[in-house]
Formats: sequence, C-alpha cells, structure tokens
Amino acid sequence: MSGPSTYVPGSAFERWLDQRLPIMRLAHDSFLAFPTPRNLNYWYTFGGILSFALVVQIVTGIVLAMHYVPSISGAFASVQRIERDVPFGWLVQNIHSVGASMFFLAVYIHMLRGLYYGSYKAPREILWILGVVIYLLMMATAFMGYVLPWGQMSFWGATVITNLFSAIPVVGDPIKLWLLGGFATDNATLNRFFSLHYLLPFMIFGVVVLHIWALHVPGNNNPLGVDVKSPADTVPFHPYYTVKDAFAMAVFVLLFAAFVFYAPDSLGHPDNLIPANPLVTPAEIVPEWYLLPFYAILRAIPDKLGGVLAMFGSIGVLFILPWLDTSKVRSMRFRPLARWGFVLFVGVCLALGWCGGQLPDKAVYQSGRYVQTFEYRTAAGAIATGAISARTSAELERRAHAEEARIGAAMITMHASVAPFQIKVVQLSQMLTLYYFGFFLLLLPILGLIERPGRVPDTIAKAVLKDAATAERSA
Amino acid sequence: MRRGMLLILAAFCCSLAAPALAASEARHPHPQAWSFAKPLGTFDQASVQRGYQVYEEVCSACHSLSALSYRNLGDKGGPFAAYRAKNHETGAEEVRIGPSAHGGKFISPNDNPAVKAIAAKFDVSEIDGTTGDIVQRPARPADRFASPFVNEAAARAANGGAYPPDLSVITRARHGGADYIYALLTGYGEAPPPGVEEVPGKHYNPYFRGGWVAMAPQLTPDRVSFTDGSPSTPDQMARDVASFLEWAGDPKAELRKKMGVAVLGYLLALTLLLFFAYRQIWRGEKH
Ligand code: HEC
Ligand code: HEM
Repeated sequence: MSGPSTYVPGSAFERWLDQRLPIMRLAHDSFLAFPTPRNLNYWYTFGGILSFALVVQIVTGIVLAMHYVPSISGAFASVQRIERDVPFGWLVQNIHSVGASMFFLAVYIHMLRGLYYGSYKAPREILWILGVVIYLLMMATAFMGYVLPWGQMSFWGATVITNLFSAIPVVGDPIKLWLLGGFATDNATLNRFFSLHYLLPFMIFGVVVLHIWALHVPGNNNPLGVDVKSPADTVPFHPYYTVKDAFAMAVFVLLFAAFVFYAPDSLGHPDNLIPANPLVTPAEIVPEWYLLPFYAILRAIPDKLGGVLAMFGSIGVLFILPWLDTSKVRSMRFRPLARWGFVLFVGVCLALGWCGGQLPDKAVYQSGRYVQTFEYRTAAGAIATGAISARTSAELERRAHAEEARIGAAMITMHASVAPFQIKVVQLSQMLTLYYFGFFLLLLPILGLIERPGRVPDTIAKAVLKDAATAERSA
Repeated sequence: MRRGMLLILAAFCCSLAAPALAASEARHPHPQAWSFAKPLGTFDQASVQRGYQVYEEVCSACHSLSALSYRNLGDKGGPFAAYRAKNHETGAEEVRIGPSAHGGKFISPNDNPAVKAIAAKFDVSEIDGTTGDIVQRPARPADRFASPFVNEAAARAANGGAYPPDLSVITRARHGGADYIYALLTGYGEAPPPGVEEVPGKHYNPYFRGGWVAMAPQLTPDRVSFTDGSPSTPDQMARDVASFLEWAGDPKAELRKKMGVAVLGYLLALTLLLFFAYRQIWRGEKH
C-alpha cells in the first residue's frame, strides 16, 4: 500500500494476530487510513457501488441456483416456480434480473468517469486494463445469464451470438460447436452456460481484488488529474469517503428498489416470457439494453466477419487506450477540445444503443414519400395517368393493391415505385461507428499533440482552497 | 461541465425508458382503467373471480394455465381466498370467500371449500401404484391446472395448425399486457382495410400481429352467465378475464407493491440520515 503503515494493534490479541497474519493491518491501511484525495466527487462513488452490486448478484444468484432447473424442459417452469412458490423467490428473482441492469448502468458511469478524468494514464494503465477485463467478463456473464430462463430471447440470443463465431476463418466453426456443445442450441448449451454463469462472477470477484490492489499502489486519481503531493491534499478514507460512498450507495439502492418493486419487467423483453421454441423465430431478436451499442456496431458492417471484428474491436481498443492518448494532461477539465470530443462520444454511444434496438432498414430521415405512377383507360377510352404515394413502402404496396382492384381491367401499366431519399438505421450506425473508432484512434492521439490545455493547478489543496474562497466571496 | 454530465445521465435514463423496438404493424391497444394499473393499485377481486369463471367455461377448452395449481386460487390475495369469521348478528362461525374486509382467520388453500369444489370439477391422470396403469381421478387443490391437450401437436391438430399458447404469463409476454388481452378479445368484426388479402381459416383482428388470428371470436353475448349477476356482455367478460390473467401472471403484485412502500420509505429515511452524516463529517474540510 502507498506510504508506511499507520496501524497500531489495539489489544494483545490484535498484536498476536498481526505478527502471524497482518490482515487487520491490511484492512486498516486499505480502507480506514488510506490517504484519499480530498476532492473526489460523486462520480468516484461508483467503484464502491459496483462492489456492492457484485455482491448482490452473487448472493441472489446462489439462492436462485438452489431452485433453478438447468434443463430445456424444466428451466422455464422452474423460474415460474421461483416467482410463485419459493418464499420471497419473486423478490430474489427481481433483484437478480434488475440487478444486472443496475450493474451495467453503474459500470458505464464508472468507465466514462475514468475516460473523462484520464484515469487510464500512467501510472494507472494496469488498473484500467483490469477494468476492461472485468467488463468483458461481465458481458459474458450477463449474456449467459439471459439464456438461463430459456425464453424465446434466451434461445434466439444464444443462437445468434454463438453463430457469430462461425464467421472467424478456420477455427470459427469448431469454436461455435464447442460453445454450443452440439450442432444446435440445445440442452448441452444450457448446461454449460449455467455452469459458466455460476463460475464467471467469482472470476470477476478475483479480478476486482487485483483491480483494487492496482488502485491502491498509485492511489486514486481525482477530478483535477494532478498527483497527490502532500498530506494536505488528502483525507483518510474513513470516515470521509466511507460516509460519502454510503450516501451515494443509498441513492443508488433507492433507484434499484424502485425498479424491483414497481417495474421489475420493464428492463426486459416480453418475448422472454414465451417459452423457447426452435421452430418459431421471434419478429425481432434484440439483446438486453446494455449490449445494444455493440449490437449496432455489429450490424453496421455489411460483412459478417467485418461486423464481428468491429464489435470485438470496439472493446479491444479500450485495452490500448492508455497509449493512444498522447496528452500530458489527465483531466479533460483542462482540455478544451478533448472535452467536447468526449461529450460527443457519450452521445454517440447512446445513439448506437438506440440504433441497436431498431430494425436496420428503418428510415431515420426521409425526404418525402414513396411514389408510384400508373396508366389506365378511362371510361371514354382515353389513356390517363394516375399516381399514389405513401410514407412507407408497405403502405404504398397496400394502396397499389387497392388501386388495382378498384380500376380492374382498365389498368394498363403499373410503373415501378420510386423511393424517396432516406437515411436508414444501418447508415446512421455506420456514421456513429466511425466516430466511435475515430475518437480513440484519431482524435485522442492527435488532440494531445495540437491542443493547448488550460492552466492545471499545482496541487489539489491549492485548487480546493481557491474554489472555497471564491465561493465564500460570491455567497 | 458538471451540468453537461448530468444532462447526459438524464438522456441515458430516458433512452432506457424508450421501448427497445416498435412492435410490428399491429394496432396499439387502448389503455383501460384497470384497478391494478396504478403504482399502488390492487386487484378487483370480484372481477378476477368472474374472470376465472370465463377462463374455466371458455378459454380452458383450448388454453392451458400450467404454472398455476388450483390451490393458488385460494392463496392470500387470490380470488377465492377464504377466511373464517364470526357473523356479528347470528354469532355463528362462517366461511367468507374473497378479500377479508373484516379480518378473520385465513383458511389454508388445501382446506378451502371453494377451491376444493373447483378442483373436483377436473380430472387428472396418475399412475396407479399397484397396477401401474394410468388412471383418472378428480383433481385436488395441490394439483396443477388440467391442460386441455396432452401436447403441442395435439393442440395444433385441434386448432387448424395454430397453437393456443399457455396463458400463465400471457399478460407479461405481450406488449400492452391486460390492455392487449382486452383489445384482442373485443377487436373482432372490423373489415380488413382495402388491399389486405384474406387468410382462409383465420379471423381479422387489427390488434393481433399481422392482422389474422387463428382464434375465432370467443366472447359472444351471454357466453357465460355470471354467478354474481353481472351483465354478460363481451366487454364485461373480456375485462374480467383480462383481470384474471393479470393476476395469474403476477400473483405477487399486491404484496410487492405494498412491500415497496415500506422498503422505499426505509431507504429514503436512511438516505437522508446518511446525507446529514455526510454533511456533519465533512463540515470544516474543504473539498
Ligand atoms: C377454440 C379454441 C380457443 C378458445 C376457446 C380460446 N382460444 Fe385463444 N387462441 C386459440 C388459438 C388457436 C390461438 C392461436 C392464434 C394464432 O396464433 O393465430 C389463440 C391465441 C390466444 C392468445 C394469444 C394471442 C397472441 O398475441 O399470440 C390469447 C391472449 C388468447 N388466445 C386468449 C384467449 C382467451 C382469454 C380465451 C377465453 C376467453 C381464449 N383465448 C379462448 C384458440 C382458442
Ligand atoms: C465489477 C466491476 C468493478 C468494480 C467492483 C470496480 C471497483 C472499483 C473501485 C472500488 C474503485 C475505486 C473507487 C472509484 O474510483 O470509484 C475503482 C476505480 C477505478 N476503476 Fe473500477 N471497478 C469495476 C469495473 C471497472 C471497469 C469495467 C473499468 C474500466 C474499463 C474500471 C476502471 C477503473 C479505473 C480507471 C479506476 C481508477 C479511477 C480513478 O482513480 O480516477 N473499473 N474501481
């Protein structure tokens, strides 16, 4: 841990223990006395919130696993049994399913915080990379968890995602076979997904321990991005940050509980309450909201292998982020251009999420209507021209049918329909994907070289005291 | 900048609330004034009871309800929950069915006379322990609801190839929930728009995905005669059966909502307490 230990054993037993297993010393130095920058804001409470969310998922998950039946004939019914017959099973089940969404909400805020304050830069590269490893494990865990209830989305989600691997040359098909445990999504798939879904959270737990270890070597970064230089810059973690984290966690749990008790189904898809049926493809196959941006990137690339590479690349690029950003200044507070690049980046991620939930061919912008012209013979025998128009091609087709039925044998020719200029969801996704990668691969490397940063304060203490003084004067 | 970040967070939350995918071309059901729709709303038990009658007399000919047992009808919060209470005028002990307005002692669903009578109307099969034969016996409260068909293939064969889905969680498995069930059951009879091709053997219903449903109109006037004397109009029957299916799909909803008030109240107090503790501890520390 950073700095010499300040632990003083309080009793003979603690002294005895300290000489054999200094676990109290470790806890004291890591979570009580740990010197922490005095200027951490609420965005810094999400690490603690995530630790809480992880424990909640593990505890509720263990209880669910006591009642869940991992077989294609029993899984769906066993979830209903949990909700109806297991005492408070409905509560445990709701906490676990809403909890997954809350976990991702927290992790996205946590990651964007790290991005904004430059927490991935030296000396915190390993800390950041461990975070990306956690995030990958979280995605795998959530995906496999969603398969377990064996609803329509479970089945078809598993089928679509495992099928992606077959795009990889040479090893793709063997990988897919290995993931599914057979030639199709079936009982073997469900069993191995259950096994892995139980395993991965504990792997996440292990990586979180490394993550916090890597945090405690250099200590926290902070919203100013300047290093801690003297004890005046810090406060002990306890009670200052224990109480601040506890308050933020309570607000988070309020939101969590509001979903659990008043809208438990709202974050899921209704189709997943239809039992899985390999013979009926749902009208739309969509992942859970937190994976939608990656689904949009996948579908933005017309080529299957290209889409898979772009999707994995969008997370892969996070691993090398510490070396892509060339700026010496950590916090984007002092980076007038990068800051707007960041704001746009967040907007692009949200827009990608929206695109992931839409049908790719849906028009987001359309200049006018679909038009179709035709010629027919009037009652007097002359040739006349008619035209119909509609907002969508399906509507136009319907009108054309109706028109043909009305005119009957007097119809001479029906011309091909003319589509208006459109920007479709897939094209929008392509533009957004371009910015997503451009932000990391072009903007951050170049901005660091050309941007003129604002004046970075010398120390945390100085900046904090100056802020407090101006606040007092204006009050 | 801080305000910018908050705006982004707000936008993010809004984007969560937006439905992920617009449902396909089906017409949107109109929201009805359900007693259970409000955040603290409860079931109208008289309506759920009538709805059960509609299910039993009409829908159960084709649709299973496999996640429920007969005893669930007599659970606390169920339509046939029974309480033993003293009649204030005669002083005699009597059994009251339905929500206990004046308290009384809850009767276990296995001893509930209404539930036992309902279960006894149905036969279930079991294996005779001495001969090994499959025999039929009247159902008991602990048995699952009897299914009309032995398997999906038999159900399809009897319904022109279409599968009448299990209704256990149907209100949660469709956009629109109970509004959709009501709209679907009362949405027949409209002529399809011009240009839409007729599908033989199917019925036009604008609320159904694709417009053509294999289920014929079910709720014709006077299809059931309600024991409580309510009018047997298609509208009333559809409303009641939708209420029943809402209860069947989410029988813990009332308990959940009631508990939510206590939990959120407790958390709110805790949050305020922690906020003041935070202010107190940080007082005098610049940050
Ligand atoms: C004669 C058999 C029969 C009866 C009786 C019947 N249904 Fe159906 N029902 C069907 C069939 C068949 C389907 C499948 C329709 C399709 O897929 O086109 C169906 C579908 C449904 C659906 C699902 C629609 C969807 O969105 O997929 C609901 C809800 C439904 N029925 C409710 C009821 C209710 C409530 C009753 C009682 C009032 C009832 N049904 C009575 C045969 C029946
Ligand atoms: C289970 C998931 C996770 C847990 C439990 C967790 C936990 C924590 C904790 C307790 C802290 C210190 C408090 C704070 O700064 O908020 C922290 C800091 C940090 N985390 Fe995580 N984390 C998780 C996931 C991630 C992910 C996915 C990333 C990035 C890809 C990440 C990157 C960081 C960084 C860069 C810091 C240092 C921030 C700074 O000092 O400015 N973490 N994490």
